[in-house]
Order: sequence, then C-alpha cells, then structure tokens
Amino acid sequence: MSGEMALQERRKGAMRVLAHVPSAEIGARIAEVAVPSHRELRAAESGLVMVRGRIGGDGAPFNLGEATVSRAAVRLDSGQVGFGYVLGRDSDKARLIALCDALLQSPEHAGAIETKVVAPLRAQMQAAQEQGAAEAAATRVDFYTMVRGEG
Amino acid sequence: MYVAVMGGERAIENAHRLLAHERRGDRSVPELSLSQISEQLGLAVDRVMSEGALYDRELAALAIKQARGDLIEAIFLVRAFRATLPRFGATEPVDTGAMRVQRRISSTFKDIPGGQVLGPTFDYTHRLLDPGLAEGGNPAAPALAATSDVPMPRVTDILRQDGLIEPSPVAEEDAPVGDLTRDPLSFPAGRDLRLQNLARGDEGFLLALGYSTQRGYGRNHPFAGEIRFGEVEVEFFAEEIGFAVPLGSIELTECQMVNQFKGSATEPPCFTRGYGLAFGQSERKTMSMALVDRALRARELGEDVVAPAQDEEFVMSHSDNVQATGFVEHLKLPHYVDFQSELGLLRKLRREFADANAAPEMKEAAE
Repeated sequence: MSGEMALQERRKGAMRVLAHVPSAEIGARIAEVAVPSHRELRAAESGLVMVRGRIGGDGAPFNLGEATVSRAAVRLDSGQVGFGYVLGRDSDKARLIALCDALLQSPEHAGAIETKVVAPLRAQMQAAQEQGAAEAAATRVDFYTMVRGEG
Repeated sequence: MYVAVMGGERAIENAHRLLAHERRGDRSVPELSLSQISEQLGLAVDRVMSEGALYDRELAALAIKQARGDLIEAIFLVRAFRATLPRFGATEPVDTGAMRVQRRISSTFKDIPGGQVLGPTFDYTHRLLDPGLAEGGNPAAPALAATSDVPMPRVTDILRQDGLIEPSPVAEEDAPVGDLTRDPLSFPAGRDLRLQNLARGDEGFLLALGYSTQRGYGRNHPFAGEIRFGEVEVEFFAEEIGFAVPLGSIELTECQMVNQFKGSATEPPCFTRGYGLAFGQSERKTMSMALVDRALRARELGEDVVAPAQDEEFVMSHSDNVQATGFVEHLKLPHYVDFQSELGLLRKLRREFADANAAPEMKEAAE
C-alpha cells in the first residue's frame, strides 16, 4: 500500500471511530494532546445528505430519505487541512473531527492523535458494539427437534 | 377561492397560547424531556423519522413533543424543518448485508447462516397490559451470549446463489437516481421513485394496502424471506476530501418478501421479490412496503392490474400523509365565499324546483 493510501485509510479509520463518539468525549481526549495553532477554514455548518439504499438490498440505488449532517474544515498553521463530516447537528463535533483529521496528516502530531484520541475511543466504540452483539446473540433461537413417543 | 379575513389575530394568538398550556398539561406533573421521548418512545421517533424522511432522533423527539404526540403533525413539522437546510449531496448506497444485526428472522428457512435472532420484539408477548410497568422501576439487564463471526448473508442472497430467485435490478454506475423531493411525480414511475415514495408513505395506508393484497386484491403469495433490523454505516463521498467519508451509523429495518414465481419460454421459473427499507425499527412498515412494492410490479411482471395496490398512480398519489392531511384538513379553513356562491346556486335551484312544482297546481286552480 502506498503511503498516500495508508494515510487515507488511517484518516477514514479515525473518522469512522470519531463519528460514533459524543463530542464531549472527543474534546476531553484532545485536551490531553498539545494542539498546535490552527484556524477554521470553513465555518462549521449543518445540512442534509440524501441517504441511499439499494433495491433488494443489492440492486440499483434509490433515495430512502435524508439525514442531518454537520461539516467543518480546519487548517493547521503548518498547512494541513482537515475535514469533519458527521451525522447530526453537532457542529462542535464536526470541528473536532476536522481538527483530528488535520493533526493525523501532520507527521509531528499523528502519533499522539492515534494513541491518545483514536485508539482509546476505538476500544470504547468496539466495546459498545460487542455489548450490543452479545445482547442480540442471547436472543438467537437454538432449534431442537422434539421426539414424539418412544422409538 | 380563498379570501383573507381580518380580525382573527387576537383569537389565533390566544388559541396558540391555550395550545401551549394544554400541551404542557397539569403543571404539577414533570415535563417530558426530548431524551425521555427519544429513549422511551423510540418507535414513535422511528416512525416520525421514517415518514418525515429525515433521520435525526432529537428533531423527531422535539416534533413529537411539540405535536402533543400527534405523529402526523410531528411528521409535518419535520418535513417543514428539512426544507430549511441545504443538501450537501447523496450518500453511498448503504450495505444492509453488513448490518450490525440486532434482529434477523426468516419465515422461509429455519436454519440460515447466522441463525434466527429475535432481538427486541413484541412477537410472542401475550399482549396483556403490565401493571408492573405502571409503577415503573428498572428491568433486568439484558442476557448476554457469546457472539460469533459467522456472516449473516441476506436470505435472498442465499436463494440467488441457486438461481431460485430473480436478481435485483441493476443500474449503470452513474445513472441518475429519481428524487421526488426535487422533481414532481410523473407516471409511469421507476422502481427507485416508487420505493422512495413508499419509504416516506403513511404506515397505516401501506398496511391497509398490503393487507388488501393478502385478502385477494392483487394477491402475490408472499413469504417473509427475511426481516432484519440493526445499524449500518453511512458514507458520503465529499469532493474536497477525495474519498468516501464515514458519517456514522443509522438504524434501519429491511424486509425481503419472496413471492410467487415468474418464468417464460426462455427463462426458468423463479421466485419474485418485494422490498421494504425504513429508518429505525419499523417492521410493520417495511413488511407492508415490501408487499406493496411487489404489487406495484404487476405491469413489469405481466400481471393484470386489477386491484388498488397494483395501481401506481393511486398508491403513490395517496401514500403521503402530509399531502393527504393538508388537503383533508384544508377544509377547516374559511371557505365563506365559496360557500356563499354554492348557497346562492342552491337557493336558485330550490326556487326553480318550487316554481316548477307549483306551476301545475296553479294551472289546475286556474281551470
């Protein structure tokens, strides 16, 4: 995998985690990292995306309905531009995700963001998802056949 | 004809003030919070998101609170709100096959890879009112069991492997996707537009239509091939970033109906299908949607169009409860001038009727 692709996968991976976590928790984690000077490249705003499904689950796309989305862009003084897109109307969260995305592209800060912000929140997200999966698994039906009478 | 009538401002203002008072109810009772609605009336929130065609739990909860629990009014509020926001674009199509499943059942196969997962369901409850719930209290924590990595393919994918079911229709990569929030409806409508219409359609209307197909008005012999509910990841391709950005996940319910076969001289017979997909846990809605989706394919599958559920213009023109309630409820608005003209006409007709009936008598009297 080229360096650029690897970086893209890391950015996507971080976005996937951060989108699932409340903004207060992202903020609390970022507070533990030395954040360099930066500014908002684009004021955070809320809008809509049209969510698409597929006919039959695997066929041609169709428009299911919209969802609220917030987005922001942040630029570090060192030049890296980060983007935040997230479901909901929490523009602080979009801004925090954009900041993390910018820092992940900075060789100087990427390590700290990965270990102090993304990794612990990923563990938290996975734990929540595993809890949900375990609750669902307990409702899985174990069929057994009743044998009538005696052989 | 509508004519502005002045003089009602104070009455309207006071009526809204009274509405706010009634909405609050007895002030010695604690006020509902949005998180209480979202957490404890979750299925109402799901319905408002689904038919409001806007996924945002908090907004749907606010709409339910503001509408005093009138869900169609809440759906109306959500639709009006969405019109105030810009649209950034459309997401990548969601992959329901990769859903983090909380519930997944099939009524066609007992043993399916991944198994039958009941999840949180009203099925198998006795529908007896629970006095314990009236008193409140914390229920037991959910049971846990070991999870497995066995994938959960869609039941239709399994049938598809053996060619026993028709494939889903495919489209060119960049083919336009119909959007009835942008373009007015015209007929015949493609299946993409029909599904969008049904997805935001009134659950009660679709339930009745789906039921009508089962009772013989456009029968299509359905089996619930699979119903699944859970979370799917949503991604959005943002130009400025250059890759599909993960936005987070949403809860969806999907229903795959497996229906009577079709076949021809050149193609072997296979099952046909109807599809339902909706925001949140909306099982009745997606089942009804799938029945109606299949019924609306009558023309495509060479079936006679004889029943209301098969008539796309009838179904699509009447499924939207915001449009429907707008037209029905507009009858409440002042129609004074309209009515005056009707009244004038009626009086004239009655005069003519009276004259016509009085005439012979007068003639008789004259003789």
